[in-house]
Amino acid sequence: MVSDQIIEVRGLTKKFKSLVAVNNLDLNVYRGDVFGFLGPNGAGKSTTIRMLLSLIKPTAGTIKIFGMPLNGNREKILRKVGAIVEKPDFYMYLSAYKNLEILGRLSGADTSKKKIMEMLELVGLAKRYKSKVKTYSHGMKQRLGIAQALMHDPELIILDEPTTGLDPQGMKEIRDLILYLSREKNKTIFLSSHILREVEIIASRMIIINKGTTQVEGTVDELLNTDKVSVTFETDDVEKAMNVLNFTMWNKCFKTKEKNQLILEMPNKEIADLNRHFIENGVNISAVIPVRSLEDYFLKITEGGGR
Amino acid sequence: MSTLIYVELQKIFKKWRTYIGIIAIGVLVPIVQAALYFTGDGYIKSLTRGFQDSFLIVGNLFNGYLVANLILNSLFIHIPFLIVLVGGDLLASEATAGTYRMLLTRPVSRFQVVTAKFLAGFIYVTALLAWLAFLSLGVSCLIFGTGELLSFRGKLIIFAADDVLWRFASAYLFAMLSMGTVFAVSFFFSSLVENAIGPIVATMALIIILAVLSALPVDFLQNLSPYFFTSHMTLWNNFFNDPVDYADVLRSGLVLGGHILGLYLITTYIFLKKDILS
Repeated sequence: MVSDQIIEVRGLTKKFKSLVAVNNLDLNVYRGDVFGFLGPNGAGKSTTIRMLLSLIKPTAGTIKIFGMPLNGNREKILRKVGAIVEKPDFYMYLSAYKNLEILGRLSGADTSKKKIMEMLELVGLAKRYKSKVKTYSHGMKQRLGIAQALMHDPELIILDEPTTGLDPQGMKEIRDLILYLSREKNKTIFLSSHILREVEIIASRMIIINKGTTQVEGTVDELLNTDKVSVTFETDDVEKAMNVLNFTMWNKCFKTKEKNQLILEMPNKEIADLNRHFIENGVNISAVIPVRSLEDYFLKITEGGGR
Repeated sequence: MSTLIYVELQKIFKKWRTYIGIIAIGVLVPIVQAALYFTGDGYIKSLTRGFQDSFLIVGNLFNGYLVANLILNSLFIHIPFLIVLVGGDLLASEATAGTYRMLLTRPVSRFQVVTAKFLAGFIYVTALLAWLAFLSLGVSCLIFGTGELLSFRGKLIIFAADDVLWRFASAYLFAMLSMGTVFAVSFFFSSLVENAIGPIVATMALIIILAVLSALPVDFLQNLSPYFFTSHMTLWNNFFNDPVDYADVLRSGLVLGGHILGLYLITTYIFLKKDILS
């Protein structure tokens, strides 16, 4: 359904003099997606996010959000969008409470004390609500950034590196919060992150961009499962496993062997078949470890310049 | 729009630098008043030395009106610095702090944002002048009483007590235009950079440069001088002349008003086109 497309970007281009930061980028985000937006440093992620939020003007291309062109519907669209762009910067000389009150007021949010405290409670800052933001750590500012993005109960939440600077517990809390917002509150999340594992865990769809252009776009499952994965079979008899393997069609998948390990690169869906084959032929397999991860995939895509 | 102006005023009045001007005036004016309180008689005697023997002076010539006029003359040159502290900070500080990213992702137009900032800055200018008026005129009248106003404009003019207040009111209104222009210049510079120091220095430098250029006895510069806003800033003095040269006041008012409008429009254009990269 057309109305279920939350973000539709076509041919988006941004040039800064001779530098092409974003080049003919297309992307699609659908209602309910947790959309992972990946790319190495300088890939054009932040520039793209700034264009989505009308902080910078595209050189070419179109952006539609909630089915409306951003150009001409900016305020209508931003009323339903909450965002953190890069590191969250606040009015340092104001308290967290006052910052939320000001930013919430401008977004048309309920800025009653109850609501503001509710938001601060959600991100674990309620006890420090009177403190000036200049006394906050980076992690606390990051949490406050999440709170300001949620103040007006937006439909679409754009988060640019939301867990940067957080400790592992804080990262997990933010991840859980994103999942909660997606699953329980039906929010659409556009998540840019350098932490690939994070995207792998929480994103439903993703795009990888490099040098301002789309490398791949699709569901995380699709993208991670279509290619071959590197898989390690742990066994007490590597030689026997090798003999069995050599008489199968998977012998071409062999990569290397170590003391108790046989490492192959093979289609994900065939791992179970090979495992069964080993067992049926008397090879004891103590563990099957697919090491295929988003990180491998990401590096392959960005270093190789595409699939 | 009212929400935005309210928010901008909150930001202005939550900053320490905003109170530098208010405190400076609050300290300087009482010092001048105290100095005049103890030495004012001598001052009046020296002013009226030339005609003391020819005229019988009755009433209170050393009064709140005279003190207010003296304060206005002596402090007016310093007020621009207090104005640019806030004006130069309004846009640049958002860029420095990175808060543009927060502010401009709200559902408000950039036109509204820049206009609200401009109006809030103007309200600050008005408040600062109102504070100056309250201290210099209101408090002086309470301390020194009221009476005729002695004014020196190449010649000695004495205004009747009931002919003074409107002159002060007009002078302060004109001062709003003068200081509004200084504010608009700093606001314009503020839109160009990402650090508040630049607009403050640039505005003060511009005022000094234009004042120096208009003072140089060079025909070319003298012809340009009427177009410099600095040449019109002290025209509030005209209201303490007799008769008031209204054509001059109007011309200066139009030049200053034109500067304010022009600078606002240019700043708005720059702001609308600006890519927020900070």
